[in-house]
Amino acid sequence: MGMRADLGEESAKLQEPQPRRGRGRLRRSWLWLVVSKSFQAKVGLAVLLFFITIAILAPWIMPYDVHTPVGPPYEPPSWEHPLGLDDGGIDMVSLLIQGGRISLVVGFAATLVAMLIGGGIGIIAGYFGGRSDNILMRITDYFLVIPDLPLAIIVAAVWGASLSHLIFVIALLLWTTTARIVRAQVKSGRERVYVMRARSLGASDSRIIFRHVLPQIGPLLVATVVLTVAVAIFDETALTFLGLGDPTAITWGSIIEFAFLRTAISAGAWWAVIPAGLCVAFVIMGCFWFGRAIEDALNPRLNVSYLSPRTFRIRPLPDAEQESG
Amino acid sequence: MRRADYVIKRVAFAIITVFVAITINFFLFRVLPGDAVRNLSRVPRASEEFRHSLEVQFGLDKPLWEQYLIYLRELSRGNMGVSFSNQQPVWSNLREALLNTIPMATLGTVMAIVIGIVTGVLSAWRRGNTSDHVSTNLAIAFYSFPTQWLALVVLIYMSAWFPSHGMTDPFLIDPTPWEHFVDVMRHMALPSLVFALTLYGEYTLIVRSAMLETLGEDYVLTARAKGVPQRRIVVRHAFRNALLPTTTLIALSLGYIVAGAILIETVFSWPGIGNAVYQAVTERDYPMLQGAFLVLTISVVFFNLLADLLYFRLDPRITE
Repeated sequence: MGMRADLGEESAKLQEPQPRRGRGRLRRSWLWLVVSKSFQAKVGLAVLLFFITIAILAPWIMPYDVHTPVGPPYEPPSWEHPLGLDDGGIDMVSLLIQGGRISLVVGFAATLVAMLIGGGIGIIAGYFGGRSDNILMRITDYFLVIPDLPLAIIVAAVWGASLSHLIFVIALLLWTTTARIVRAQVKSGRERVYVMRARSLGASDSRIIFRHVLPQIGPLLVATVVLTVAVAIFDETALTFLGLGDPTAITWGSIIEFAFLRTAISAGAWWAVIPAGLCVAFVIMGCFWFGRAIEDALNPRLNVSYLSPRTFRIRPLPDAEQESG
Repeated sequence: MRRADYVIKRVAFAIITVFVAITINFFLFRVLPGDAVRNLSRVPRASEEFRHSLEVQFGLDKPLWEQYLIYLRELSRGNMGVSFSNQQPVWSNLREALLNTIPMATLGTVMAIVIGIVTGVLSAWRRGNTSDHVSTNLAIAFYSFPTQWLALVVLIYMSAWFPSHGMTDPFLIDPTPWEHFVDVMRHMALPSLVFALTLYGEYTLIVRSAMLETLGEDYVLTARAKGVPQRRIVVRHAFRNALLPTTTLIALSLGYIVAGAILIETVFSWPGIGNAVYQAVTERDYPMLQGAFLVLTISVVFFNLLADLLYFRLDPRITE
């Protein structure tokens, strides 16, 4: 609904017959549209790309090795070590770079798994409807109410601590939200006129899903992915902090955990705690800015406010909006 | 009739959810590869007979469904097993912990809701202003900070003024009830402050977007055309309607409150249910872990049900 309002001009272009490659351009262009219009989206994307680049380049840009001590425990920041040393005398900057690498991998991997499970269930429930919809949505209903972190804790505690377990446990928490969002979108998508047209032309279910319904929910899916990554990274730090992460892996979560366990607080070593949390916060904020910019673009209703001091715009009548599609 | 239907439906849903949680709780500890229960009878260098007698003692030789029925029966009598670490019944441990958590978490949550409503309403009202940008981004920042990290930062910078550890001062001898109250409140200051800080960001964003939604409604335009003062429009027209989605979303955020309790109590050693979970994890005290999971789930389900019924009272339009 909202998407069409945004892509009004683009979809008008689509009316006339076009060569095939034009459609690919359209799909890329909505993302570009959002990013170019919104300052928030640009900042968010820049922050995310910054951290992803550092994570990819980690082995080459780490100033020191993360396993060899280079000075006394909790040495305060200096020119050689801008963020000081941790309890084992290891350079904090290197630890943060290495930690970011694994934290991001966990975040993205957990999101991927959650998307595959949640997206699959959402598509099946939304597209086929009926009994499968009922059963699957009941299951997600129950999972939505059961508190996330305690569920993750008991699964992780019984299953044992390792990086891959952590990824699956986090994915287990996150698939329900995705399933709900995808289901709602697929459900409304399959009732659209062009989908019915494709069906009457004899298109198979899988063709309709992958060629007609999924591209339509693409923008929302990207927003969901980005916001899910944020939650996954947040959960990683929480679970690791509680001692349920991989004890040998260096992540932002484990840096905070070790600072807590190894008396960084009473030693007054703020540099062992604060930078790691700020990194997590910046990645999450980046995801949030970017994801919200997409969501805002999808919901033009929020642009109308009859009280805002500057913009006093009147919402277009609902009828006019529907006709434009 | 419809009213009764709705209430019955919600109550039934709540009961089934608790049942699902109980079932997860039972099978998880028996099915997953870690297999906490079998480890009990796997004593190193135990003879075959000894192991077997242990299995009989713990009922592990019975078929799974029978164990499940026994588990349900004992649970319905309030028996959650015995803690590995202090040999006390799990429920009496948890009850004490829960009673310690509730005041601290309530204080923090109420603070968060009040701050969240004020900042959310103001920034929706002043939408697009500098003050809106500042308050929204501040809210996003506090929403993004890892809870345990925020607690540690508060600990570093504020433990000079307030006690940083536990719930009471062990050196306070024979306190009067008033002294005891003041002591507990002083200990409660930092954990509930962190609670409020971690939650307020989310509430601000929820209230703000709910307000933006209602400020775009036609009745706001009508009110404005009638010449109703802005403040009155915000409070009487927009905010009252924005309260509806806010209650549901706050109810849905109960999971965050539980997560916050676990992380914050761990940092501040507050002897509540969150700290009990942390202790149970570090000591691999499975009965406590199971019990805590169940108690937390039941309380979340209960408050969700309460919010559902409240929503029903608040919004006469609901017929389904």
